[in-house]
Amino acid sequence: MIVEVSGLKKAYGSTAVLDGVDLEVVEGSIFALLGPNGAGKTTTVRILSTLTRPDAGRLRVAGFDVAREPVAVRGAISLTGQYAAVDAEQTGRENLVLVGRLRRLGRAGARVRADELLERFDLVAAADRRVGTYSGGMRRRLDLAMSLVAAPRVVFLDEPTTGLDPAGRATVWEAIRDLVRTGTTIFLTTQYLEEADRLADRIMVLDRGRVAAQGTADELKSRVGGERVDLRFASAGELEAARRRLGGFADGERRVLSVPSDGSAAHLHAVLDDLRSAGVAPSRVSSHRPTLDDVFLALTREGAAA
Amino acid sequence: MSHALSDSAAMVGRSIRLARRNTDTLIMSVVLPLLMMTLFVYVFGGAINTGTGYVNYVVPGILLLCVGYGAASTAMSVADDMAKGMVDRLRSMPVRPFVVLTGHVVASVARNAVSTAIVLGAAVAMGFRPSASPVEWAAAVGLLLLYVLALSWLAAGLGAVAKSVESASALSFFMLFLPYLSSAFVPTHTMPAALRAFSEHQPITPVIETVRGLLTGTPVGGDGWVALAWSVGLLGASFTAATLLYRRRTRD
Repeated sequence: MIVEVSGLKKAYGSTAVLDGVDLEVVEGSIFALLGPNGAGKTTTVRILSTLTRPDAGRLRVAGFDVAREPVAVRGAISLTGQYAAVDAEQTGRENLVLVGRLRRLGRAGARVRADELLERFDLVAAADRRVGTYSGGMRRRLDLAMSLVAAPRVVFLDEPTTGLDPAGRATVWEAIRDLVRTGTTIFLTTQYLEEADRLADRIMVLDRGRVAAQGTADELKSRVGGERVDLRFASAGELEAARRRLGGFADGERRVLSVPSDGSAAHLHAVLDDLRSAGVAPSRVSSHRPTLDDVFLALTREGAAA
Repeated sequence: MSHALSDSAAMVGRSIRLARRNTDTLIMSVVLPLLMMTLFVYVFGGAINTGTGYVNYVVPGILLLCVGYGAASTAMSVADDMAKGMVDRLRSMPVRPFVVLTGHVVASVARNAVSTAIVLGAAVAMGFRPSASPVEWAAAVGLLLLYVLALSWLAAGLGAVAKSVESASALSFFMLFLPYLSSAFVPTHTMPAALRAFSEHQPITPVIETVRGLLTGTPVGGDGWVALAWSVGLLGASFTAATLLYRRRTRD
């Protein structure tokens, strides 16, 4: 295990941000920490990358104790935070060379490494322009490139694609997959279920500082059952009446009720009959395999009800 | 130790690049002292009697005002760094904390050396006639550099505690104000008693008197040692405070 955490706790004042988190990450895998805003994802990453001190817990990263050997941990990891940690007034190349020198590659070594990374992240044409003129996607790519200067064993990525357009997101995903092929371990946080689904070997769902669930994407999906039937209603009143009758998860904004199903026509018939006897009729019906969204809603709603 | 040196060199290079590209600050750090000097020499100068050509009296004061202004902008650049993600990246790397501040401070000293040279050149054009020997020049420049170094560390410390670039600018305001309450522009014996007591015992007056004495031959007396003691003391205290404040700010 390249990352081992047990009993991690952190509170700011009387607010518990992390309330007893345990996790393990296998070397060379992609681990995704999934959760809504305020779940404690960023705090977890900051603690693991030695920026924030935990209140309690045993933490090891790359074989080093985070509390006792922070300098050794820093030598083995890199962090790409939520806000691009790049100097807007320096060029892309200057940013990379600076990190190379601080990673002790020497002046010449830092230049060579900068050239390699500019090539790999498709930034050669923009290399000598100030970062202030870059697009959001280019900035993020540079940020990621700066994290890879010293070939770290564990790369922490805090919401690496938040705020990117679909093309920018695809480039970052590709870079992450490339990285894992070279044996690097990726620890990422995300609010996007699709991102975790596509990239991660293991997913942990964090909700208000506690582990709500963990496993592979398939394991998590199987927790909500085989298929889902989505029933759309014309009014909020009908949606509420249907939810009282059938249970499931109601999305008030879209006026959609999602209920588990075995995928058979007979079950769908039964559901519609049931609704008719309650005096409501859905305007549209669709059925699909469960997505991580369903898992996420299920897990975090359970928490909210408790 | 060699790591600390090469890391510092890399960070100094960064800060100098950032300062060079921050054209507004760069221009202001030269233009403001030039304006002040013109103002004092040609506008107020005729009415101020210091017993010598006023330009010879005021130039050392202008130099101190100039480096005070230049050093104060270090607070802004440190605060700017703290507000952005770069500090987090540096902290998650095996780089010693003081290296980040060293970059800003050394760049500040270099920037001030350049703007001071420009201001001195302009002063000579306005009629400033220093009578210093090479040794006196070296002593004056050395003292000014030491003073700038101390002020830059003080400013770096203020930048590390400031919650924003704006508050860093406000915190460093007194650095710009102190020269007015010293012997920079008028001899202290012309001031009311209470103000005079303050201005004679604040650190800027002995530094100015020493630089003035070295450059224009007015008596230095004990001011030289007092100026040196103030500067070294301020440097030690500011360096320690800045490093501690930076650590405390970046630990949570």
